[in-house]
Amino acid sequence: MDFAFSEEQQQLRASARQFLADRYDDGTAARVADSESGFDADVWPNLAELGWFDPELTFLEYAVLFEETGARLLPAPYFSTVALAGPTLRTDEELAKRLAAGGLRATLAWAEAGVQQGFLDHAGLAARVAGGRLDGHKVLVPDAAAVDLFVVAAREGSRGASAVGLYAVEAAHAEVVPRDTLDRTRRLGEVRFAGASARPLVSPDDADRAVAVLAQTRRWSLAAAPCEAVGVAGRALDLAAEHARSRQQFGRPIGVYQAVSHRVVDSYVGLEEARSLAYWAAWCVAEDDPQADRACLAAKAHAGEAAVAACESAIQVHGGIGFTWEHVLHRYYKRAQWLAAVEGPARDQRAEIAAALLDH
Amino acid sequence: MDPELARAWSRKLHDAGYTGLTWPKEYGGRGLTPTYQGIFLEETARAGAPGHVGVIGLNMAGPTIMHWGSEAQKKRYPERILSAEEIWCQGFSEPGSGSDLASLRTSAVLDGDDWVVNGQKVWSSYAHVADWCILLVRTDPDAAKHAGLSFLLVDMRAPGVEVRPLQQITGDPEFNEIFFTDVRVPRDSMLGEPGQGWQVAITTLLHERGTLGFGLTADLERQVNRLIALVKEPAPDGRRPADDPYVRDAVAGEWIELQGLRFTNYRALTTLLQTGIPGPEGSVAKLVWSEANQRLAKVAASVQGLSAQLTGEGAVWDGYWQYQQLRSRGNTIEGGTSEVLRNIIAERVLGLPRGR
Repeated sequence: MDFAFSEEQQQLRASARQFLADRYDDGTAARVADSESGFDADVWPNLAELGWFDPELTFLEYAVLFEETGARLLPAPYFSTVALAGPTLRTDEELAKRLAAGGLRATLAWAEAGVQQGFLDHAGLAARVAGGRLDGHKVLVPDAAAVDLFVVAAREGSRGASAVGLYAVEAAHAEVVPRDTLDRTRRLGEVRFAGASARPLVSPDDADRAVAVLAQTRRWSLAAAPCEAVGVAGRALDLAAEHARSRQQFGRPIGVYQAVSHRVVDSYVGLEEARSLAYWAAWCVAEDDPQADRACLAAKAHAGEAAVAACESAIQVHGGIGFTWEHVLHRYYKRAQWLAAVEGPARDQRAEIAAALLDH
Repeated sequence: MDPELARAWSRKLHDAGYTGLTWPKEYGGRGLTPTYQGIFLEETARAGAPGHVGVIGLNMAGPTIMHWGSEAQKKRYPERILSAEEIWCQGFSEPGSGSDLASLRTSAVLDGDDWVVNGQKVWSSYAHVADWCILLVRTDPDAAKHAGLSFLLVDMRAPGVEVRPLQQITGDPEFNEIFFTDVRVPRDSMLGEPGQGWQVAITTLLHERGTLGFGLTADLERQVNRLIALVKEPAPDGRRPADDPYVRDAVAGEWIELQGLRFTNYRALTTLLQTGIPGPEGSVAKLVWSEANQRLAKVAASVQGLSAQLTGEGAVWDGYWQYQQLRSRGNTIEGGTSEVLRNIIAERVLGLPRGR
């Protein structure tokens, strides 16, 4: 039995943790989050130096990195670039090279107003490409204002409704409308494309491949989100435990009261299970295991809820200070909610698992 | 289960080489890593096979004797545990000492070459079939609470030992009370020295929790599979509970808990193999398992409507879930209450201050 990260992976974790802690103490993180753009435009070359874009990284290394970026709420589009746009970018030699060199920040623009918003729900998409020009209006695009390039799900203009392709559009050719977003370090935006120059990355002529890449995108997102959620829940737990140890009321630290300590323990128990599921999902994705889809669904469902619950408990344990804008907790709470909501709430993932367990 | 049948099955397991997988070879074990034990427990559950009747001996008495015993004791007891030749029970809890175990009052007083034991133990599984008992007693009433305890190995057939079944809310007498009245225990039947009983008992409890996760996960896998089978059966009105969105959500939720537990065990096992020290995951596993087991029994009962009140022959699954719903209430109490487990995690893992 060897269900643990390798020494190299643990070194990667240690270096990531150190870098993020040095660069983003809670005060700095808050300043960046509340700035106009909400992201750190200068950090990308540092991430490249740290090896975060090396093409030989497997999903296990990404799992380590997502957990650490979740624990410090990295204000840069790493999740969007690697997990959302990554599976498509890697199908293209030139973009893969730009990505590996640390010169590409990207995201995925798939959802549209008035239609289902899952990664695989492309039935109602209206965005069209004709003669290499894209017209369309995308919504809920993560990190829309923080990227150089959009990967856009769209149809080829002259074809029927079934075939969807994936296109690359440089951000300079799109109009981005930022939306007020709860999680200020992973803001959503609307993106309008009006005759934007679009290069096909996965052609709708190859419908199977497009579906496969979208399925891969979904798997990566569903595996990356729980890893980040583990980082978020871990930080919330640390803050709650530290407060329970140090905050004195009635002459004793509040952690002596079981109403407090048991609540913190429940966060720990939820976190440990979430961690196990997230690592299982990451391993399945890295190994292309046949159980990957189920593992990703299970991990996303559990870790999303565990992170939200850990943040809620941490806020409660902190009392009034935990309810202030000044305290860092609300930022973790909002990221946890982002992660719990992406690709649908936990009950959606449970519904898919139930179908596999009960309908045959 | 019939005690003789249980022993016969345990002997078969022994003859096939599946007992004492992790025990050293000199005590009749196989000397393998805990991975083998994990695999065996998972496969036992998948096959729906019953466990070894000598579970207290295997998981508690045996490892404690191998750790603390004299050469004579290590020769005398462990092999007969593996072969189910001798069944063990545990005499720790008392009516006045549950979670606060170290407050126990059963006394042992030295008289010549014997300890003379008086007192009452409770919640002893298998005591009605057991040959031996690991007994925690107070040998020094003047010493501090923990320092006055000692650990005895007691012949359950000695004069003055009386076992009374204790009827549970299921109606079954699964546990027992044990009364000790002037029971003479040879002086050399002690593990460790007088006053070391608490340290010895800690070893016992560590072993109980160290190997716990795999057994519990195996048990939960069986229950999740049974729940899936149940909800797929049409109700009297022809509808499948499996088509109810609430039931679907609940079943998937417990399946996810099961996977969480399974991979938590794998992480724990990896830590154990790498460091030799069991992590806190055993306590986590017990907490998660017990609550999941209770929830899923309630789902199973709820889909039966008022029929869930019918039990015994002719009831749904002959009353299996009615029994399960009641029996599972004990899961958050036995082997350390959920409250005690949370205290342990709070203090030892999260470093929160002690409340006592």
